[in-house]
Amino acid sequence: MSEVIVVTSGKGGVGKTTSSASIACGYARRGKKVAVVDFDIGLRNLDLIMGCERRVVYDFVNVINGDCSLKQALIKDKRFDNLSVLAASQTRDKDALTQDGVERVLKELRGEFEIIICDSPAGIERGAHLAMYYADRAVVVVNPEVSSVRDSDRVLGLLASKTNRAEKGDGSIAEHLLLTRYSPERVSTGDMMSVSDVEEILGLKVIGVIPESQSVLAASNAGVPVILDEASEAGQAYDDAVARMCGDDRPMRFTELKKKGLLNRLFGGS
Amino acid sequence: MGIFDFFKSRPQKSAQTAKERLLIIVAQQRGERGTPDYIPRLKVELLEVIRKYVNVDPGAVQVNLQKEGEQEMLELSVVLPDRPDE
Repeated sequence: MSEVIVVTSGKGGVGKTTSSASIACGYARRGKKVAVVDFDIGLRNLDLIMGCERRVVYDFVNVINGDCSLKQALIKDKRFDNLSVLAASQTRDKDALTQDGVERVLKELRGEFEIIICDSPAGIERGAHLAMYYADRAVVVVNPEVSSVRDSDRVLGLLASKTNRAEKGDGSIAEHLLLTRYSPERVSTGDMMSVSDVEEILGLKVIGVIPESQSVLAASNAGVPVILDEASEAGQAYDDAVARMCGDDRPMRFTELKKKGLLNRLFGGS
Repeated sequence: MGIFDFFKSRPQKSAQTAKERLLIIVAQQRGERGTPDYIPRLKVELLEVIRKYVNVDPGAVQVNLQKEGEQEMLELSVVLPDRPDE
């Protein structure tokens, strides 16, 4: 059985593409057949984060228009045989993405892959709408910051009403909250909302908390999704999040301030 | 001023302010969820019509859509000024 997972947020710049790439790699590392699709038509970026930008020949819109087959457009990841990328088109035509076209391509992807990750563009317009429309599950990426939290609530509202499942009454989409750019230091000084603050405001538990980390930028510079940087906290936190999405029970890490007291350094076991 | 006063008078941390503001705005957003998109426009047009006859306040027109079981009810309330203009 295949599953379509949309990674969305409303607000831009919160880490949707970073998260899409890492979640896709996380599933692939667990042996799933995965496709990750960039819905940000006109602002293609997933290919860069995945490190396959020089191998893009055909894109999502080419497939919709019948310029090529889906197989021709899918870019096989160099690290995982079982992971493919479908790049967004760089066209400026706003109507390039059609509902019929998206439905057709997703249907074909469902026949080939177990997990299909849809990397949504920012906003709540056509691209974002179509990215979430056929989803079975949603990962809402949110920063502990006022505009991001408000926008993610708007998106949660849309997920509950403006999707194929909601319209057909096929049961609701499973919603996950992924809190990114989290800084336990700033939370401890009262300058940043905590995990439980965000959970309380949105009425939803988080599936993962990704700490603010230098390694995220380093990873995107290199075109290697940060989940593959196993030494980094952000990478480990993404792996935890994917594990939880697969049903594993993992305790939250990197959400508490590290204690640096002398006693702690001398006697602190873990 | 003693040292304890200093601690007491410290302003509220910004994260707490953010949370309080968001709790209000999110509750408001959720209240509007599921209401048809035409409600805000309907409100503006109704206000225009009413103001042709009575000089009411822009905030005096309330339009609410209520659901009671199977029935939906559009509730319109207009607060007229104390002394209507002649």
